[in-house]
Formats: sequence, C-alpha cells, structure tokens
Amino acid sequence: MGAIETDNLVKRYGDVRALDGVDLRVDEGSVLGVLGPNGAGKTTAVRILTTLLRPDGGSARVLGLDVVRDAAALRQRIGLAGQYAAVDEALTGQENLELFGRLYHLRRGEARARARDLLERFSLSDAAGRLVGTYSGGMRRRLDLAAALVARPEVLFLDEPTTGLDPRSRLGLWETIRDRVAEGTTVLLTTQYLEEADRLADRIAVIDHGRVIAEGTGIELKDRVGGAFLEIRLGDPDVQADAAIAALGGVVTERPVLRDGVLRAAVSRRDGTVVDALRRLDDAGVDVDDLALRRPTLDDVFLTLTGHAAEDDAEREPEAVRR
Amino acid sequence: MTAALTDALLLAGRNLRRIPRNPDLLVGVTFQPIMFVVLFTYVFGGAISTPGFDYIDFFLPGIMVQMIAFTGYATALGISDDLRKGLIDRFRSLPMARSAVLAGRTLSDVAMNVIALVTMLVCGFVVGFAFDSSAPKIAAGVGLVLLFGYAMSWVYCFFGLIASSPESASAMITIVIFPLTFVSSAYVPTASMPDVLQAIADVNPITTVVDALRSLWLGTPAGTDVGFALLWCVGIAAVFAVLATSRYRRTVAR
Repeated sequence: MGAIETDNLVKRYGDVRALDGVDLRVDEGSVLGVLGPNGAGKTTAVRILTTLLRPDGGSARVLGLDVVRDAAALRQRIGLAGQYAAVDEALTGQENLELFGRLYHLRRGEARARARDLLERFSLSDAAGRLVGTYSGGMRRRLDLAAALVARPEVLFLDEPTTGLDPRSRLGLWETIRDRVAEGTTVLLTTQYLEEADRLADRIAVIDHGRVIAEGTGIELKDRVGGAFLEIRLGDPDVQADAAIAALGGVVTERPVLRDGVLRAAVSRRDGTVVDALRRLDDAGVDVDDLALRRPTLDDVFLTLTGHAAEDDAEREPEAVRR
Repeated sequence: MTAALTDALLLAGRNLRRIPRNPDLLVGVTFQPIMFVVLFTYVFGGAISTPGFDYIDFFLPGIMVQMIAFTGYATALGISDDLRKGLIDRFRSLPMARSAVLAGRTLSDVAMNVIALVTMLVCGFVVGFAFDSSAPKIAAGVGLVLLFGYAMSWVYCFFGLIASSPESASAMITIVIFPLTFVSSAYVPTASMPDVLQAIADVNPITTVVDALRSLWLGTPAGTDVGFALLWCVGIAAVFAVLATSRYRRTVAR
C-alpha cells in the first residue's frame, strides 16, 4: 500500500476545475515531486491531502486513512509546510515550536525539549529567543519546516518550500529535507523548479490544468524532453541561419529551430559537443554571438509535454503556438 | 472537551503574549476609551441635554458599551492576518479542536475587555462618575458588559474570516459597527432623534444593552431591558459562533 494514494481527485471552483481527475501514488519512505506552474493545482492537491479542503470528487488516502472521513486521526500523523512561512512573527522561535508542540498534544516539558532539539538541528539555536519578525526569509522557512516536524510526522507535505528563497538558503533547505528523507519520512513536495524536483524527488509528477500529464523519475522525464540542447545566438540570423543549420547537421539530433535570432537544437550528451559545434560553425563562416549547452528546464518539459509554456497562460500562449 | 479547552487556552495565551510586544494592540482598550470619556464629558457634555442625570453618569454606560463593541477590532485584524500568512492553514492541519482558534481569540478578548472596562471606570471616577445602585446590580452590570463584549468577539471573528485582507476587515467594521453604535441611546436619548432613526435606535441591541446598563448602574426604570439585553448577547454569540465556526472549517489562505 502506498503512503499516499489518490483516485480521480476532482476539485472545482465555480467553472474552473482546479483538479480534474488526479491520480497520485507515493510509496512509503519515498519522495514525490509534484511539478507544475502557478495555478496548475499543486496547492489544491496538498490542501486536500492535508485535510484543509474537501474534494468534490474522487478519493484520497494518506497512511491508509481517508482524508475526509478520517481527517482527525490523520492530522496527528502528518506535517505541512506551506508556501508562506506560517509561523507567528510576534513570538520567538522557541515559543512558536513549543506552541505547535502543545497543539500536537505533547506535554509541556516534552514540547520544550522538542523545540530546543529542532532549533538546534535547523541551526536556529542562536535565534531561539528572538522574535520571528526579526528572522531572515531563509530562517523563517527553516522554522516553518521545523514546525511541520514537531510531532515526528510519518508523511510530510511541502508546498513550494523554497519559492522566494535566495540560492544559498535554498541549498540549505534541500539539505534539511534530504536529512528527513534519510530518516524514513515520506515526502510529497510541490515545486515550480525541475531542478528542485530532480534533486529531491524519487519520482516526479508533472501537473498542468489540474491533470497529471507525465509521471516518472527525473531521468525518464528528461529523456522525454530530449536531454541537453544547444542554444546559439547568431550574429546575422536573417542571412546565415540556413548555413548554420546545415553546418550543425553532424552534431544535432534533430533539425534546429530558429526563434528570435536564436537557434535551438537537441544534442546527444557527450564530451566535446560545444567545441565540435563551434568549429563547424566557424568553418562555415557563421558569425556566432553566443553559444551554450543547456539542460532542460521546467519550461522545456512543459513545451514538450503540453505544447505551451510553463509560466502560463494567455501571455505566453501565442508564442508557443507560433513555434 | 478538556482537550478543546486546553487548545483554546493555548491559543488565547498566544494572543495575549503578543500584546506587550506590540503595544499598538493596547491603544484600543486604553488610550481610546480615555479619550472618549474626556472628549464627551468636556466637549459635548455641556451641549447635550440629559434630563435627570449628570452628563457623565449618562454618558459612561454609553461610552462603555460603544468601546466594548469595538475591542474585538484587533481580533478581526489578527484573524485576517493569520489567514493571509498561512497560519490558519497550519492550525487547521493540526490535530486540535476545530473551535480552538476562534475560542482562543474570544477568550483573550475577554482579558482585553476587562482592561478596557477598568480603564473607563477609573477614568469615569476621575471626571465625576458615580454609581447610584446596589453592589449586586453594579456587579451584574459589569457581567453584562463583559458578556456583550464576548458576543461581539464572535462577530469580529466572522468579519476576520470573510474579509479578503486586514484592510477590508477594517473597512467592513467601520461601515457596519460604527453607525450601529451611534444610532443608539449611547450618547443621546433616542427621543431626540428624527422618527426613522429613532425607530432604528430603539431596536438596536446597543440601545438595549446601554439602557440595561443604565438601569443596573444608575437605578433607572429597567422595564424589560436587562432581560432583552441578555437575550441579545446570547443570541449574537450563538449565531455568530455558528457562522464563524462553519466559515473557519472551510477557509484557506488567500
């Protein structure tokens, strides 16, 4: 039995189907990354799984408990860290964790010890007595995550845990999440970043317009996108595009596409690709302003899987169609 | 049941702990009531005729009820802020009583109301207020004020939950509660108002509570006021507790 199982989950807001038949499965002790743009339904799914919202259709079970019927029993066994650092700014770090511990029905002494222990593990001991209002964004997120772990949950839900964080804080938070996973916690994590899903998750579900449009390991998904590709900014695209495309014939695995003066083409990953491409272009006399080997981003995954860009919707749609 | 009470008390403690750290929260229960007592006594007092009373004796119960009707303001803003910051989501994901967050708010409001009540009584005595009643009736009046404040807390819980932001909660309160406190017997006898306003003022629960308080503290003929004031308080508390709790069950951060 999976730690998390959903069956044809539906949630409507008026005419909008925030979730349009979502099936997810997360094995015990594993990490599922739910990847998608804003408005894809990620947060709605997390809210249903953490008993905050009732689904309009389908069912969901976490640890074998139905999220609607067994909500009360389930709350004792899960932890949630949301998009906002949901901690009280007018309390200190220690007071916040003690409060949440008591609300999980730990005894006073137990809650205090647990708070101290978590603050230490999250490198917040020095700030334990300071008001959270004075914390940096990264510190707040760490405290938020610590709050979700107060009752040693068996399943942890992280809704965009690193959105808005600077790169260093993001790396720190990833480290912390990996530590929890190593201790056997099952994690469902939503994110807008393929890299984040890739680094943390065993499996990734790509979600768009309330539907799971692809599911697999990071490698499987990237293979579907086509792996690495070259991006070449041409000095004189109007005149030299055809020459450049011809010159790249021996390097790329598909016919390059020109957009906004930039040639883009999939390549198979091997050493020397960049040098090889540059030499061929140079031999053909093509002016190159910039050349880079890139890996797929969420945008690329989306373009491949849905035919529209990840950042959605109206503004980007025509651009995608033009391709 | 005891678990629900423990949860509510924990959250009430959380609300109270914020006060010394954010003294702004105290303005509404200290400085503002003092200002009103002084303003109405010395600025308007001489101009308004209050037949049969010293004006401070007539005003104080009115100011008391009006101020108490407003102390929940901080609660509406606090709930709205918790909602916006995702704290309500977190609370709702915890294995605690569904009623605890709101019950905690209304309990900490009682403490705020006690502060407001004591401040106004002390300030009232300084400017010449005197009870004209028996000790049990005076105590009953204090109880009525606190019960009314408790009922109003539930109204503010509901406002805080339905408002899209603390700013909109604030606007809602100004539009709904502010006129309600003035179109009442709080500051002038309702007989002095135009017919339409008088009709509204006479059925306004604030009028009923103020009149009941005057009868308990000043010995005015009570009529049915005390009984109806109690009914109003219990009714407001019951209706808004149900509305707010059912809203709380469904609400999520915006």
